[in-house]
Amino acid sequence: MNNVIIIGAGPAGLTAAVTCAEKGLEAVVIDEYMIAGGRLLGQLYEQPDGTWWNGIKESSKLYNLAVELGVKFHLNTSVNNIEKEGDSWLVYTEKKTLRAAKLLLATGAAESPVPVPGWTLPGVMSVGAAQVMTNVHRVKPGDHGVIIGVNVLSAAIAMELKLAGVDVAALTLPRTSKVTEESAHPKKVMDSLLHVSHMAPSKLVKLGSKFMKIDFMKKLGVTFYPKSGVKMWDISFQLRKAVIEIYGDTEVEGVTIATIDTKGEAVPGTEENIDADFVCIAGGLYPLAELAAVAGCPFYLIEELGGYVPLHNERMETSLKGLYVAGNITGIEGAKVAIAQGHTAGLTIAGNSGIPGLESEIQESIQSIEETRDHAYIQFHSEVKKGKEVLRRKWEASLKEQTCKPKGRRFS
Amino acid sequence: MTERILNHQILGKLDESNHVTFTFNGEEYTGLANESLSAALLANGVRTLRHHEESGAPRGIYCNIGHCYECRVTIGGKQGERACLTPLKDGMNVESGGPLLTSVKDWRPGHE
Repeated sequence: MNNVIIIGAGPAGLTAAVTCAEKGLEAVVIDEYMIAGGRLLGQLYEQPDGTWWNGIKESSKLYNLAVELGVKFHLNTSVNNIEKEGDSWLVYTEKKTLRAAKLLLATGAAESPVPVPGWTLPGVMSVGAAQVMTNVHRVKPGDHGVIIGVNVLSAAIAMELKLAGVDVAALTLPRTSKVTEESAHPKKVMDSLLHVSHMAPSKLVKLGSKFMKIDFMKKLGVTFYPKSGVKMWDISFQLRKAVIEIYGDTEVEGVTIATIDTKGEAVPGTEENIDADFVCIAGGLYPLAELAAVAGCPFYLIEELGGYVPLHNERMETSLKGLYVAGNITGIEGAKVAIAQGHTAGLTIAGNSGIPGLESEIQESIQSIEETRDHAYIQFHSEVKKGKEVLRRKWEASLKEQTCKPKGRRFS
Repeated sequence: MTERILNHQILGKLDESNHVTFTFNGEEYTGLANESLSAALLANGVRTLRHHEESGAPRGIYCNIGHCYECRVTIGGKQGERACLTPLKDGMNVESGGPLLTSVKDWRPGHE
């Protein structure tokens, strides 16, 4: 029998597996994808010290280390259900059912879709899909594309497409609607992009990031933003135009864009067409937490963390016995934070499995998550620390509630 | 047109050594062993993986990591397989789905 089952072979799951194995636990990792690494696989950017963060290399390093330490892997295996039976968790996969006393959910994040007329045409894909095709499978998503949605992730991937020789004609806003209001507002988009402008490879960055960094220019940019857009890494950022339709007969042939005013409304009569053989939709990421819901975890909607997150503490314990979380399921952040969280989860699981003397190491690792967050190079939500604080208070409130309740009902 | 990225300025050269052949709707294609079926098809310029069960509208990959099920195809007779999560094997027979005989309709008044 395994001591711990880890669902998700991304940065958090792999790190947790390595940590558990180092402490002497038998760990098994399950992932739907055929390659270990999760969202880390597609990442490729230049760091401040001039070295490149290569997601494929980082993933295989972690995976190889885990294999060396005896971690078992079930890749290309989907989990259909999880269930508590007595003191152990049952994990149902399409191949077999696994059982362990400890279960870590490191399922990561999924992309929010932004429905645009024509978005079901072949050639329209999520921006993450284009990233995986380009960097992992080394297949161009097309020759020249348009990205709908301007955010940290889409700007980074636009640059990665560029690195691979794929032409990105423009990044544009989605048409404003109730769902997309935030992401279609020029000022808010400009604010959010401040977190990505500094990560441009020195080879490619010229004008754009400087433009973004000056607050005065930013405000000017919003009000008098040139209708022709601004170029960053030689890619046109269209913050005054929105895609109103994706057209094509049987596949994508292009998009129709229209000028939008500072409130995000389309101006009639300003429609024009841009040729494209692929279109990426970038609606942002949200925590992928269905399995925590199936298990019965309490949830809170915390916008600063990207969506609904299962209630958990800083040791990565949920309120359900033997159930842990780490990585983007706890809130949308970069891979380095996920790695730090995976380490903490691994130590906590080892400690709770009866391995003595880990407390100071656990405390240090919790500290290290904070430090990693403070030095994060890529920040998806600027208020992430506020979101974490909200969650911490929810956890404390739930502990108080528990002591007032008849013994062991919710937390048994 | 789509194509493979053979030389990447950071990731280096692509290992193209392990070719396999497979069929999609009866036509023969070449791909790389263990790459995803969706990648192999895209590298061959195939974007339409199925036609919608009711409307018959063409569909291709959307999320490419198993969440959306838009890339579902029939592999070796097994329906509903996600092309993006399927490692390509030599001799694989892949068929795309099309409109079903009976339309799925909401028959309540005002929903026709």
